[in-house]
This record gives sequence, C-alpha cells and structure tokens, in this order.
Amino acid sequence: MTPAAAATELSAEEIKRYSRHLIMPEVGIDGQRKLKESSVLCIGAGGLGSPAAMYLAAAGVGRIGVVDFDVVDFSNLQRQLLHGTSDVGRSKLASARSRINDINPHVQVDGYEVALSSENALELFKPYDVILDGTDNFPTRYLVNDACVLSGHKPNAYGSIFRFEGQASVFATKDGPCYRCLYPEPPPPGLVPSCAEGGVLGVLPGIIGVIQATETIKLMLGIGEPLIGRFMIYDALKMRFRELKLRKDPDCPVCGTHPTVTKLIDYEQFCGIVPEPQSTVVPVTGESEWEITSTRLKQRLDAGDKLFILDVREPNEYQINRIAGSTLIPLGELPRRYQELPKDQEIILQCKMGGRSQKALDFLRTVGFGKMKNLKGGILDWIDKVDPSQPKY
Amino acid sequence: MPNTINIPTPLRPFTDKKESVEVTGATVGELLADLTTRHDGLRKHLYTDEGRLRNFVNIYLNDEDIRYLQKEQTPVKAGDTLSIVPSVAGGVW
Repeated sequence: MTPAAAATELSAEEIKRYSRHLIMPEVGIDGQRKLKESSVLCIGAGGLGSPAAMYLAAAGVGRIGVVDFDVVDFSNLQRQLLHGTSDVGRSKLASARSRINDINPHVQVDGYEVALSSENALELFKPYDVILDGTDNFPTRYLVNDACVLSGHKPNAYGSIFRFEGQASVFATKDGPCYRCLYPEPPPPGLVPSCAEGGVLGVLPGIIGVIQATETIKLMLGIGEPLIGRFMIYDALKMRFRELKLRKDPDCPVCGTHPTVTKLIDYEQFCGIVPEPQSTVVPVTGESEWEITSTRLKQRLDAGDKLFILDVREPNEYQINRIAGSTLIPLGELPRRYQELPKDQEIILQCKMGGRSQKALDFLRTVGFGKMKNLKGGILDWIDKVDPSQPKY
Repeated sequence: MPNTINIPTPLRPFTDKKESVEVTGATVGELLADLTTRHDGLRKHLYTDEGRLRNFVNIYLNDEDIRYLQKEQTPVKAGDTLSIVPSVAGGVW
C-alpha cells in the first residue's frame, strides 16, 4: 500500500510459490507485488494471531510485525498453531518467527517482545499499513482502536472470540466506524462474565483469525467489499454467520466530529481496572479474617477439624481436580441452593484461583452465613502446596 | 405474536442457558422489559441503577442498531428479531 516501488520484483522462486495468486486477475503480478510491499502488525501471537500470521505469511505479505511478550504454555496448543509441543517454554515471538520463516522465508518478521502500551503504541504502529487486533482484554482493545484512529486512521482488522462465538470487523478506516462507535465504553470488570463461563473451542480462532487475514489482504490489494461498517458474528454451534450494520458515530469520542480523546490515555484506568496491591502472581502467604491458605487448611484437616469445603466451580472443572471431601455447588446455582449448606459448621469456599469463591463468600454473608473462609489461590494453590498429584488446568 | 430475543453467550447464565427467549410487546423497550421480568438476573447486566440501557450493551432490531432507529421506543412488528450484542473479550487465551 506504500507508493509502488517499481523495484519490487518477484524472483523465479516467488513466481512459482505464488502461482495460484498470479493466475487470478484480481491479484496477478501487480497484486502480488502490492502484498510484498505491504506490512501488517499482529497484536498478539495467540489464538487469532496464529492463523492470521501464518496465512498472511503464506500469501506473501512482505513484512509481518508481531507484538507479544508471552511464553508458550501447554494450554495454548489446543488452538495457537504458530506454536508446537516442542516450543513449550519458549518465547512466543521466537516460536512465531521460526514458524513464519519456515512457511515463507521471503517475509520480514519483526518481533516486539513488549506489552503494548500508551507509551509505545503509536511508535510501533508507524511502519505498518494494517493493524490486526488479536487481543483478549478490554484495555488493549481500546488502546489498539484509539491508536489506529490517532495514527491517521490505520485499518484495524479486528477479531474476538468467546466459547463458541466469534466477532469480526474492520475498524478505524477513514470513513468507517471505530470500535468506540460501537462500544463507547467498556463494561465494568464486575459485570464481565466470570471465568466459569470462559473457555474457547480450539477451531474458533481459526475461523475468526482467517477472516481477519482475509480482510487484511483485501485492504492491501484494494479489492472486494471490506468488512467496514459491518459486524460479523459467527456461531460455531449453529454454524451460522450473522451480519449487523455498524455506523460511524458523529459523537464518537475518538473518531467523531468533536473528539474528546486526542491522545492515548490510561486504558487500565479507563476500563476500571485498579491495580491490586496483591495480584495472583504474588505468592500466597498471609491470611485475613475471611481467608485461609492451602497449607493452613491442610493442617486443620489433618488435625481433624470438621470443615465443610464448598467448591463453587462448574462440574466439568470439578472433574479435572478437587479437594477430597468437597461439595460442589457452582457459583451460579448458589442463590437457589445455599440452604443445602450447614449452618453450624465452618465453610471453606474454593474455586480455581479464588475469585469466584470470594464472590460466593460475599453472597453467603448477605444471607446470614458467618463462619466462612475463602481458600487463597484456589485449587491451583492447593495443588502447588499440598497435593501435586492432581493435574492443573 | 411473540418476538424472539437472541441472547449472546456471555449472558446465557442469566437465562437458564437459553440461546433465545420469546417475548411480547409493541416496542423494543417493552420486549426488553418482558425479558427482564422473565429473567430478573439479566436486569443489572442490561440496565444501570437509573434504568438506562448500559452503553456497553448494544441492542439490534434485526440488523440495525436501535440507537439509529427510535431507541427503546422503536416499534416492533411480527417476525422482528431483537439481538443483544455486548462487548466480548477473548482472543489470545
């Protein structure tokens, strides 16, 4: 999309490689040269970034940037095809680079092992024609959107996935809507569905990531009808696509006629995420009145304390691992089942990491339960400290 | 004649896991009121304490955003489908 450098020639090897493109008049030699002169920045080398980057590389996009600072984990392999079993423990960037180079050595791969932030986004976006948003959280999503608009309307090939459902669109083009035209503000953290309802079907990002790659290529070639002003919703269970109309909102705070956001802001704060003094990565040590550590729980059980252990996860999670003797009542069922709990016994609440069980504890307090403790760090901490024989997820 | 409201995945825990709910009413607002009467747990996800639709929840009548129609006063006719389209996070993980 940069002014056609007449010098961009395709080698004999490249002509062979791209022959199925070259014989289509919609691409042809000129289109293939355009792809070679074009660049895309993938935000994230995960579920969406994987298929997108691989297909864009194979298609002959000249320069692919990847922003990711994560390390490949076993739990990524179910859907993140850039990474293989032998890459577990390796940086996602290194793994992505070798995979992309293997698919197509003619691609220039730029790796950025950083967290995208308000400080670096505009600078990182500068050399690229299209931004491909494969992020999983609201602060980064708004950051990518705003940075695309503020970079002079860089197209944002957007995708998002949740369980069996995916969404895709192209945002922030000059005349099209941006993500904020659709959602001016993010949901407050408390109203985001809990991790109990999370998870994702492994093939889902394949569909959505390839839609993002398709739109990227169409933008680079200037062909077809781009997914601008349209919002695609895909339901894998029903195998159905729905399309909704999107409009550019003249009152949009970023791309409207009188924008109030003219530079990048603090997106964590914008999304209501207050940095917690003690995050989950901090080792679980101390206890408060309403908390108990795994080690202490083990001591008390060994000492014969009669404790009622309430697991508030979902049944499929309980199948993977559990504390012996615990009772399962999923958080969502608690409001109509709390009367099954003993009134005269101390209750230990527990989930995967401690978030849902904290909500359960807050709820049970409102209906009159008093002797309760939340297991800090949940079953994962229990497995780390007490029972390493059980699998983690 | 009832109309259908499509419930997105993140909100299905509040509709007994139902993907769609049959509701009756003459306007978008009435359909939503009927929905939250049937499934009270949805109310705080759709409305603020002051009773305004939350602005991270978009309501579509067929394929059109109600913000560009007559919002909650938009009349509905037989066969119209309402969709709740909330913002969803999820991608890398």
